[in-house]
Amino acid sequence: MTWWILRRLGQMLIVLFGVVSLAFLLVYAVPADPASTLAGPNASAATIASIHAQLGLDNPLWQQYLGFIGRLLTGDLGTSYVLRETPVFGRIVAALPTTLLVAVGGIIWQIILGVPAGIYAAYRRGSWVDRLVTFLSLIGLSAPPFWLGLLLIYYFAFSWGLFPLNGLGSPVFWYLVLPTFTLGAGGGAWYARMTRTNMIETLDSPFVRMARAKGMPEHVILWRHSFRHIAIPLLTMIGLDFGYFLGGVVIVETVFGLNGIGRLAFDAISNLDTPMIVGTVLFAAIFIVVVNFIVDLLYSVIDPRVRLNS
Amino acid sequence: MSDVIPAAAAVDPFALGDKPVRSREVFRSLKKDPAALVSIIVLIALALIALAAPLLSPHDPLQTYPDIGLGPQGQPLPPGTPGFLLGTDALGRDVLSRLIYGAQVSLVIGIVANGLATAFGVLVGIVAGYFGGVVEAILMRITDVVISFPILLLCTALIAVTTRSTFNVIIVIALIYWTTLARIIRSMVVSLKEREFVVASQTLGLSHRSIMWRHILPHLVPAIIVYTTLGVASSILIESALSFLGIGVPIPSPSWGQMISDGSTYFQIAPWMLFIPGICLILTVMAFNLVGDWLSDMLNSTTPTAR
Repeated sequence: MTWWILRRLGQMLIVLFGVVSLAFLLVYAVPADPASTLAGPNASAATIASIHAQLGLDNPLWQQYLGFIGRLLTGDLGTSYVLRETPVFGRIVAALPTTLLVAVGGIIWQIILGVPAGIYAAYRRGSWVDRLVTFLSLIGLSAPPFWLGLLLIYYFAFSWGLFPLNGLGSPVFWYLVLPTFTLGAGGGAWYARMTRTNMIETLDSPFVRMARAKGMPEHVILWRHSFRHIAIPLLTMIGLDFGYFLGGVVIVETVFGLNGIGRLAFDAISNLDTPMIVGTVLFAAIFIVVVNFIVDLLYSVIDPRVRLNS
Repeated sequence: MSDVIPAAAAVDPFALGDKPVRSREVFRSLKKDPAALVSIIVLIALALIALAAPLLSPHDPLQTYPDIGLGPQGQPLPPGTPGFLLGTDALGRDVLSRLIYGAQVSLVIGIVANGLATAFGVLVGIVAGYFGGVVEAILMRITDVVISFPILLLCTALIAVTTRSTFNVIIVIALIYWTTLARIIRSMVVSLKEREFVVASQTLGLSHRSIMWRHILPHLVPAIIVYTTLGVASSILIESALSFLGIGVPIPSPSWGQMISDGSTYFQIAPWMLFIPGICLILTVMAFNLVGDWLSDMLNSTTPTAR
């Protein structure tokens, strides 16, 4: 077990190193010049040259890379090119609560929308409920989230005035309903599909037939025996989604005008604000890698067969 | 799953058989799945529309009609206006014509980007799975790194640092989208490698290349077909998301995502600008998903439907 954890930990560190390097290469080794973007279209060559010197863009690539890694190890993500005097790390931390709220809300919607529907559809396989769930989950998987979000804004916020149009205000809950639903709808469809598939498999297994033969009540079979079997893959999905969401949800944050990490990253990318791009993208990737690791670990704790197979 | 849901995640690659399917079985299983049949017809129709766009579209998609295409207050015209069947957009361009040309963009990007991603994913997966050891470790760690980035952010970053063009959008989607398939193919090859026919080929002294491409690859074809079909749906969704964020195919090329993005600014006065391209997008993606599901059902060896 210890050996397995150490090996996974080593793999995680290698991946993190790769993520950091790729993030660096993405923005430092590209033809586009952040200095000329910063200085504006009418800047003189001298201005651009001085910005170059100021930002250390004249140094050879390997020196910039080493400096970048060195600063990173001390937790310094640098300061934003565009928003002067603002440390990148501080900006990310400031944007985190918004993203966290949306992410948690999105996960809750996914579970509410997907899990009961999937379980019931599997239990009543072939019924009209099953067909409805299958059909709705197909729509959920096919609808672009930004379109869904805009549609919700059009009806629920604009036409019927039930919810606020965008941004965040008080009470926060009210402002979060539409964005979190938009985020959770697609995932809910996915959860319904996966839950249905897993549940059908479980309900076909011998232990369920055995329980039925013993005359055990259906609700006990469904919720106490079968649910446990689908809980593990479900937990994995929730964990992974949470990691992804924390990295920022560009589309939902854009549609609903929320200043979370996704929006921060997107604006930074449009402005070629290198330290901010690296910071946010890195942040998102680290969340995903670490959550992946934790999920793997949990998985092997819950189900020892996983450990043996690897 | 971040911003874009891969429908492919619900398919079990190991359940897909590797026996040849006869055309009779294909028709028989299509008869049992009317949704898939309709989807195939829709997709063929869409492809024909995209091909015949210059003949079918009543107007030039890029032509603005400030005089006849806009109302007295300069507002876009609603669907049903004579001459503009599906109305006009905020610049007085014909929505129907833009929709027809938009089909070209979505299909070309969806199919080409996903085709490249598939080719690359299969290559990486087979090589990693077949050789194992250091080669596998290196390739799979690279896959891990790429998969660790949020799809849309990585796309955005890649496009931001290159020049914006349709070609680059295709390359960027392909560069990011190969990872899922690479993982799946690798895990399949790892188990195929142990089978007798591979061991026999090795004993006979066949070259690695011949074993990989002539003996292992044919067994992967069903999985590749299913995942590619589902992947087109995801690629179209990614392209539309990029267009919505303003970094997809360059303006003024009509793309459905771009049209939705334009519509989002004017939805209070011209909701059709939002609805019409959105519905086209949903139906197309749904059709690809349905065909993918049908293929995976038909090729599924554990529960054969064609019997």
